[in-house]
Amino acid sequence: MRYDLVLRVAAKLLIPFILLFALYVQFHGDFGPGGGFQAGVILAAAVIFYALIYGLRDARKVVPEPLVESMMAFGVLIYAGVGVAGLVLGGNYLDYFVLDADSVHGQHRGIFWVEVGVATTVSGVMLKIFYMFADRGKVDDE
Amino acid sequence: MMAVTVYVMARSRNLFGVVILAGIYSFLMATVLVAMDAVDVAMTEASVGAGISTVLFLGALYLCKSEEARPLHKPWLPLALSMTVGGVLVYGTLGLPEFSDPAAPIHTHVVPRYLNDIKREVDVPNVVTAVLASYRGYDTLGETTVVFTAGAGVVALLRRRRKDRRP
Repeated sequence: MRYDLVLRVAAKLLIPFILLFALYVQFHGDFGPGGGFQAGVILAAAVIFYALIYGLRDARKVVPEPLVESMMAFGVLIYAGVGVAGLVLGGNYLDYFVLDADSVHGQHRGIFWVEVGVATTVSGVMLKIFYMFADRGKVDDE
Repeated sequence: MMAVTVYVMARSRNLFGVVILAGIYSFLMATVLVAMDAVDVAMTEASVGAGISTVLFLGALYLCKSEEARPLHKPWLPLALSMTVGGVLVYGTLGLPEFSDPAAPIHTHVVPRYLNDIKREVDVPNVVTAVLASYRGYDTLGETTVVFTAGAGVVALLRRRRKDRRP
């Protein structure tokens, strides 16, 4: 499977679009369906696709394991950090109104960062679980 | 179609087929959700249920045999139990208001406030996002923590202990 030319070329063509779609889902979540959860999963799916075609070792080079593990924790930290930022700026925990002089803008900003946190954690966890499973089977121990 | 899928899944002993059928079931579920105008949920169902979990199941399948073992006991007791629970749940849904009934309690409690004030307070066209990230921010923080905890649990269970193996 790893040296199948058709699959490799198709993957090379498709992966940029999958990544772009993930970003679209992430940042267009305010206007259409989508948001952090979905974008995180699509992002992870792109990397898993890469790992399936090119092998786990190459995928680990692109998205190294320490990065994935820190993504898991950083997502929650970003989310909680938005809440703490609300506290520091004089509101309640997870209060977005105070994040900007204009309260509506503050809401936008809060939602944006919260979604970033969600996407980071979700894609990190999905990727980590996939790495763990694939690693146990030693998919490409050559 | 969904009932047929579930029946075949329950009958089949080939786990590979079962995984693929579970993916098909998720896509059908996503279609139903789209038909019910829950696009956000449908998108999550399609990507998580049909996409990622199918891949993870296949990864798990790679580690074990692809044929299900013959059960040792007759399945009558579990079947009766799940039928009873299912029956009770269906009975519970009979008391729910009609789908898209404007007088249902869910539409009279906080929803009007969300729908009326969202333009002034949050100004995000997708109400689902606004409710999810802003009005119900605590819940979503909890969900994110749950996802993180699940990942941490998998890491704790499956991480290879190289030091133990080679002392």
